[in-house]
Amino acid sequence: MIRRLVARPTGLFAVVVLGLLVVLAAVSLVWTPQDPFRADPFHQWASPSPAHWFGTDAAGRDIASYLLAGTRTTVLVAVGSGVIASVVGIVLTAVGSLTARWVREGTAVLLDVLVAFPTLLTAMLLTAVAGGSLGVVVVSVGLSSGVTIARVARGEIRRIARSDYVTAARASGVGGSGVLFRHLVPNAAPLFTVQLSLAMATAVLAEAGLSYLGYGAGSDTASWGSMLADLQTYIGVHPWSATWPGAAIALVVAALSLLGDAVRDATDPRLTTGDRTGRNRAPAGPGVTA
Amino acid sequence: MTRFLIGRALLLVVGLLVASVIIFATLRVLPGDVAQVVAGTQSTPAQVAQLREQLGLDRPPVAQYLDWIGGLLRGDLGRSLVTDGRVAPEIAQKLSVTLPLAAMSLAAALVTGVPLGVLAAVLRKRAGGAVIGFVAQAVAAVPVVWAGMLLIALFAVTLHWLPAQGFPLDGWDEPGRAFAALVLPALTIGAVEGAVILRFTRSATLGVLDADHVRTAAAIGLTRTQALLRHGLPSVALTVLAVLGVQIAGLLVGAVVVEQLFSLPGVGRMLVTDVGRRDVTKVQSELLVLTGLVLLVGFAVDVVHRALDPRQREVAA
Repeated sequence: MIRRLVARPTGLFAVVVLGLLVVLAAVSLVWTPQDPFRADPFHQWASPSPAHWFGTDAAGRDIASYLLAGTRTTVLVAVGSGVIASVVGIVLTAVGSLTARWVREGTAVLLDVLVAFPTLLTAMLLTAVAGGSLGVVVVSVGLSSGVTIARVARGEIRRIARSDYVTAARASGVGGSGVLFRHLVPNAAPLFTVQLSLAMATAVLAEAGLSYLGYGAGSDTASWGSMLADLQTYIGVHPWSATWPGAAIALVVAALSLLGDAVRDATDPRLTTGDRTGRNRAPAGPGVTA
Repeated sequence: MTRFLIGRALLLVVGLLVASVIIFATLRVLPGDVAQVVAGTQSTPAQVAQLREQLGLDRPPVAQYLDWIGGLLRGDLGRSLVTDGRVAPEIAQKLSVTLPLAAMSLAAALVTGVPLGVLAAVLRKRAGGAVIGFVAQAVAAVPVVWAGMLLIALFAVTLHWLPAQGFPLDGWDEPGRAFAALVLPALTIGAVEGAVILRFTRSATLGVLDADHVRTAAAIGLTRTQALLRHGLPSVALTVLAVLGVQIAGLLVGAVVVEQLFSLPGVGRMLVTDVGRRDVTKVQSELLVLTGLVLLVGFAVDVVHRALDPRQREVAA
C-alpha cells in the first residue's frame, strides 16, 4: 500500500512533507540554529543571513529557530487530535452499529445533531470553561472530528453490511465477529484513514486560528499560530513577514489533505482496477475555517 | 415532502435543544463557581455568596436553564455579568455586521468557486485545469488569518484601495464606508471557502461530463458546452447546494477569526472578548445564537435541496 501511495505525485508530496515535518520536530528537540526565544534588541527585523537564515522578528528572535521549534507544536496538536478523534470515532461507530436497536437509533440522531457543531465553537466553549491552551485545541478538534468520523462511517458501514459479499459470507455460515473483522473493519479502514488525515489538517488550522485569537499556545510555547498573531501587529510596516509561518501551515495542511486523497486512491479497489482517473469522487478538504 | 419537512424540522428542534443543554451544562457544571470568577480573586466569601444570589446562581441548575430558555423565547437573554448591559440587543446589533459579512463572503466564494470549478473540470486534460486545481488545493490549505494578512498587505498597505481595519462608528448609516470595510474580510473568507467550493464543483462536473444524458445530448447535435450547460449543470448545482450547508457554517465560524483580524464589531469578536472575560451569560447566548444560525442554515439548505432535486421528489411521491 505504501508503494502505491508514493507512486502518485500527490501521495509522494504528502509523505515527503509530513516525513520532513516529523524529522524537523525530532531535530528541534536537540538542536535549533539559535535559541528560539532569545530576544536580541540590536538585531530586529534582520534580513536573511548565514546567522539568521530567515531573518529576525520584532523582538530580534531568530525566525528559522522559532519556526523549527514550532514544528513540535504542530506535530503534537495533529497527532493528539488524531488519537482522540480515532478513539471517539471508533467508540461512537461501535455504539452506533453493534448495540441494541434503540441505542443505535438514538446515537444516529445524536450524531446528526452533533456533527453540525462547528469545531471552532466547541473550542470556544471549552476555552470559556478551562481557559485557552493547546490541550483545549486538541480535545475540541478530537471530539468534533471523532463525531464526523462516526457520522461518515455510519453510512459506509451500512453500505458494506448490505453488500453482496457480506450477505454471501453470512449465508455460508460466517458469524457476527467474523463478518465484523473480515469484512466490515478492513473495508471501512480506508475511509477512516481519509477522515483521520482530514481531522489532523483541521487540527493544524484550528491551532493557528485559536492561537491567533490568543487561546491556543501560551507564550512559552513556540507555535506557528502565535507567530502569525505576533506578526499581525506589524502588518503595516513589514506586510510580508508572516509568509514563513503562513506558508508552513498551508504546506502541512495541504500535505495532510492530499494524504487523505492519496490513501483513498491507493486503497479503493474500484480505482485500482478500472477507473484510475479518480473521477466521481468528492474531494477531501479540511472541514473548518480557522 | 410534508413528512420530510416535519422530520427535518423535528431534527432542527432537537438540535437546538441538545445544543442549548450542552452549552449550558458545560458552562455551569464544569468550571466550578461562576460567581467566584466574576467577583475576582480579591473578593471575600460573603461577597461571593451575595453575588451568587444576585445572579440567581444559588438556584437549581434546571431552574436556571429554564429561565434562560424561557427568556430566549421572549427575546430576553439576560444581562452581562461584567458590564450589566442587556445581552439580546447587543447580539442583534453585532449581527448587523456578522450577517452581511457572511452573505458577502458567500457571494465571493460562489462567484469564484463555481465557474472556476466548472472550468477546471472542462479543461481537465489541459494545463489550465491542472493549474486551477493546484491553486485551489493550495488556497484551501491557507489559514484564514494569513489569507487576511496577505490581502491587507496587498490591497490596503501596498495599493491603498481599501481600508485595512475597522468599521464606521455609525454602522450602516454610512452604507458606502460600511460596505468598503467588509470587502476585504469577505474576500478573505470567500477565497478560502471558494477554493473548497471550487473543488466540490470540479468533482461534481467531472462526474456529469461522462453521464449518459449529457453524452446523448452531445450526440444528438448539441455542442459539448451546450450539453453541459443545459443538461449537466443542474445536477452540479444540486451537489454544490448540498455542500453549502457545511460551507455556510464555515463562513460564520470563519467570521470569528476574521472579525478579530479586521477589528469588526461582530458577534464573533464579541464572543472572543467575552470568553476572555468569562462572561458566562453572554458566552452561552452568543454560542447558542451562532450554533442556532448554523443549524437553521443546514435546515434551509436541506429543505431547498429536497424541493429542487427531482430524484428525491419521485421517491417521496
